[in-house]
Amino acid sequence: MSPSTESGSIDWEYAPAPESEAIGRVKDRYLPFIDGKFIEGGGDDLVTINPGRGEPLSTVSTVDEADLDTAVRAARRAYEGPWSKLSGAERGKYLFRIARGIAERSRELAVLESLDNGKPIKETRDFDVPTAAQHFFYHAGWADKLGHLGYGPDPRPLGVAGQVIPWNFPLLMAAWKIGPALAAGNTVVIKPAETTPLSALVLAEIIADADLPPGVVNVVTGAGDIGAALVGHPGLDKVAFTGSTAVGKQIQQTLAGTGRKLTLELGGKGANIVFADAAIDQAVEGIVNGIFFNSGQVCCAGSRLLVQEPIAEELITRLIERTETLRVGDPLDKNTDVGAINSRAQWNKITELTQAGIDEGAQVWRSSCPLPDKGFFVSPTIFTGATQTMRIAREEIFGPVLSVITFRTPEEALAKANNSPYGLSAGVWTEKGSRAMAMAARLQAGVIWDNTWNKFDPASPFGGYQESGFGREGGPAGLAAYLDTDDEAVIK
Amino acid sequence: MSIAVAKTYKLYVGGAFPRSESGRTYQVTDAGGSFMANAVQASRKDARDAVVAARKGFGSWSKATPYNRGQVIYRIAEMLQSRQPEFVELLITSRGVDRSEAAAETEAAIDRLVHYAGWTDKLTAVFGSANPVSAPYFNYSAPEPTGVVAIIAPTDAPLLGLVSVIAPVITGGNACVVIAAEADPCVAITFGEVLATSDMPAGVVNILTGSATEIAPHLAAHADVNAMDLTGADDELARQLEVAAAGTVKRVHRPKGRPDFRAAPGTIRLRSFLEIKTVWHPTGAPSLAGGSSY
Repeated sequence: MSPSTESGSIDWEYAPAPESEAIGRVKDRYLPFIDGKFIEGGGDDLVTINPGRGEPLSTVSTVDEADLDTAVRAARRAYEGPWSKLSGAERGKYLFRIARGIAERSRELAVLESLDNGKPIKETRDFDVPTAAQHFFYHAGWADKLGHLGYGPDPRPLGVAGQVIPWNFPLLMAAWKIGPALAAGNTVVIKPAETTPLSALVLAEIIADADLPPGVVNVVTGAGDIGAALVGHPGLDKVAFTGSTAVGKQIQQTLAGTGRKLTLELGGKGANIVFADAAIDQAVEGIVNGIFFNSGQVCCAGSRLLVQEPIAEELITRLIERTETLRVGDPLDKNTDVGAINSRAQWNKITELTQAGIDEGAQVWRSSCPLPDKGFFVSPTIFTGATQTMRIAREEIFGPVLSVITFRTPEEALAKANNSPYGLSAGVWTEKGSRAMAMAARLQAGVIWDNTWNKFDPASPFGGYQESGFGREGGPAGLAAYLDTDDEAVIK
Repeated sequence: MSIAVAKTYKLYVGGAFPRSESGRTYQVTDAGGSFMANAVQASRKDARDAVVAARKGFGSWSKATPYNRGQVIYRIAEMLQSRQPEFVELLITSRGVDRSEAAAETEAAIDRLVHYAGWTDKLTAVFGSANPVSAPYFNYSAPEPTGVVAIIAPTDAPLLGLVSVIAPVITGGNACVVIAAEADPCVAITFGEVLATSDMPAGVVNILTGSATEIAPHLAAHADVNAMDLTGADDELARQLEVAAAGTVKRVHRPKGRPDFRAAPGTIRLRSFLEIKTVWHPTGAPSLAGGSSY
């Protein structure tokens, strides 16, 4: 079936280009990493699923509460022992080593992440893994420069941090959490998500190979009950969580009155605003990136498209044409644009909310790209005629589902965009720089993208307003989450 | 001999001095235990009215220029200076402190306001950043006000403590609803008179008097309150308020101990009520002008 120009009969049928699964070096069984050792946990094993096929991928030993105690104690010993005795420069050298270790195993990590999470290999290869390495590299450099942050000449770490991360960017979220925590001088106990534990455990191998002192980083495995036990553990000084707003609220309640520092990075319903003067081709690319990157399983996804009325019809037509060209399918295929949904549970949630949109009267369009007959896949979906009160315009769907709403004036766009309890991301498409800046100033969101979307950098602080959480990750502001910055004098 | 005209102490909400819609009052005693005044026992409804006023005040205050905000806060210091003798007498009467201590507290309060007046146009430079991202974008992070802040005022420093919790909140461009120390409503409402004559837009600062235990839970659960300062709350009330605040992911500031308001204030009270907003704006080659965003 190879294309032939000589015969004149070119075969234009789609030819898959799958990456080799063997590169991921998936093991039969993975163990939690506590006090510098990979140990059998006391909990029941969990089977992690390959969402691209809907089949088991590997087995992971999970921890029980006794193991959690062991991990927190190990982190405390490491904090009070070797870690706090190190200079910032020496701490930084360990982080540089981890950054290098990730880069050296990047092909393996990209394949493993794609297999365990279901996202396309081109995303893990070009974004998740290199950005994770970059996060360690960036934060490594802060370790001996904390005195320049503006919290006094020698700001102190908090101690032991408990961190719970989500399944949508498993390795990258681990890097976002561990990098600044260690750079600031803390030790960590981190729990990857139940459905995506593998890349964090390979990161633990990289950390072990980097010879970090035992207990500085502990990776514990398990489901939500272990996450809840971790964040409520009295042996912690700091809790960091990325995940749903509902769970974030529970954690904030759990920590009430404890004085432990908390940062939350929660849900969103990002408003992507397109003005009539926008460069439409670029806006279309940005809208596609905003909602179909990682199948829309992104807290800062541009899931609400606000289009100015004069161009609404043309923009929607071109958006649908472009979306129709997206290839949905095997995450390991290097041509795949939209991969699998991470889990059956998430697939159900997306399906349920999509049905709600149909039931509430929005017009639905779905890509005709054929879906694989196995695995958890959702066709790219665009709702037009959505109104502000519909569930698809208010609730975080966390899937490849876009709701389109129109507006006439900038004031109306602002009012609609800001009419949400969330406030994580927002974006503006316009050729007028002054309008872009004025909109950026008035949008109630922690990250604003002008004429772009889903840009991330370790040097750039990321985090939400309102019910999208508090605290920042990345940049100088992100270090504050892991330092004692309370400089008010108290009466002894 | 003429009879003194005693002041009626009311609430300070939306730039006006209303009584409680509930009609309730409570008696305030002086340091010697004698009757001093009737104060307003604010209700849940008063608290909700104050949040509405604060949201309105936030609209104009958060859009005011930093220079303007600084001038207004400096004006508060001026007004407090001109009424310093009145506050000295109030502190002597209500707290039983000697004249020099009362003078010291009022002077410290004036200085605190001057300190914060100079902060408004430096927050962005000090707490913001230009971020060197590895892509062709101009990327910056700047602090913005969180919104409406509910404050439980400290109970041990009627004027200096009150000023020390209000000033950093409004310096950042926030509006606030303050529950004054229950025992010191007279100082708090007299300070409201200072605010009312300081060019401060109505609703930026709202002062309720009465019981924090009664009023604060309503503010902690209120969806239009964005943040809380629990400085004046005891351990049990603070825990209860933190639980309620979690329902809408409010930012909560609680000092690590009893603040020493006579010391230099640091910046934690400013930072606790600021949000960092990051903006990505494309840069690119000038030759790509004409139909291109890049």
